Amino acid sequence: MPPAWPKEIFQELTTAGIRQVAYVPDAGHAELIQLCHGDSGMHAVSLTTEEEGVAMLAGAWLGGDRGVLLMQSSGVGNCINMLSLNLECRIPFLALITMRGEWGEFNPWQVPMGHTTPKVLELAGVHVYRTDIAADIAETVRAAAKLAFDSYRAVAVLVSQRVIGTKDFKR
Amino acid sequence: MTAGNRVRDKHRLDRRAAVARLLRPRKNELVITGLGSPTFDVAAAGDTPLNFYFWGAMGGATMAGLGLALAQPRRRVLVITGDGEMLMALGSLATIACENPGNLAIVVIDNERYGETGMQLSHSARGIDLTAIAKAAGFPKAYTVRKESEIDGLANHVFASSGLLFAVIKVASKPAPVCLPPRDGPYLRSRFREALLGTDANR
Repeated sequence: MPPAWPKEIFQELTTAGIRQVAYVPDAGHAELIQLCHGDSGMHAVSLTTEEEGVAMLAGAWLGGDRGVLLMQSSGVGNCINMLSLNLECRIPFLALITMRGEWGEFNPWQVPMGHTTPKVLELAGVHVYRTDIAADIAETVRAAAKLAFDSYRAVAVLVSQRVIGTKDFKR
Repeated sequence: MTAGNRVRDKHRLDRRAAVARLLRPRKNELVITGLGSPTFDVAAAGDTPLNFYFWGAMGGATMAGLGLALAQPRRRVLVITGDGEMLMALGSLATIACENPGNLAIVVIDNERYGETGMQLSHSARGIDLTAIAKAAGFPKAYTVRKESEIDGLANHVFASSGLLFAVIKVASKPAPVCLPPRDGPYLRSRFREALLGTDANR
């Protein structure tokens, strides 16, 4: 049976009034991305690199739209200087990040960025919420969206590789 | 050609005059500026709450323009940035062309130099054609302006027509006098949102 959490996240994004969804394609978020594309009230935009999404969603918020960035941990490093836009202007930022390079990772090249993702985000001024249990994800996204948009903060939710499952390269 | 900065200026247009002329027909259109000289050029043409100035976050101006254009489909959004900033965000031209928002215009003030860091040559001084890149990415309209007489036509495309637009204005490298707009981020974003969204800005 497919996991329920992508649909639950989608429901939370809808409730939070998310209108723009920026993403770099990602296996962990594949179902959520499809759901967003299928929703006429959301504009889902595929990016060439994650930092584009940081700037795009800042522009969206200036124009009155709330947005979310969907990405995997390998893209976090790409975002760091662009986040000065959110931090310096106190523009809300919400990212849902699927983790790589941890729990049973096969590909060693994913490990350096995955390992440093929480610390890098925190050093950059982003509030980090981590979820290791599928049942906690929806509630965590809800709280993150509130902190981001009600308190004008940069917030990232890290979805553990333990929840998503480790990619099997030998299959 | 070297990557140094001792190359004769090929272009005559004064950047300050060019931007002022481009913005002359502007009414309440939304403007986002790329960091450095484009921010100063747009401020010199007249500060308004509907200008959002980048003072950093290099490479973000065009994508901020996309997000704003998608959020405000009935308003014209103009991004005015420099060649260095545009070169840092070439991928964004692909993303924007795919979305093809009919209310977004991007104008690059191209002095072929990194003006804030010592006038080092940018790739556009070394044969890289930003307009050709935008065309290849799929921008339905993309062209380069070299003469003052062509700026009114560009302003007409920006302010009196619709459609996704990309233009380069080639300008002289001579630096313009300093003109510093506000740089306090929360002030810039709050005044912009209030001017655009009214009371909804604080919901």
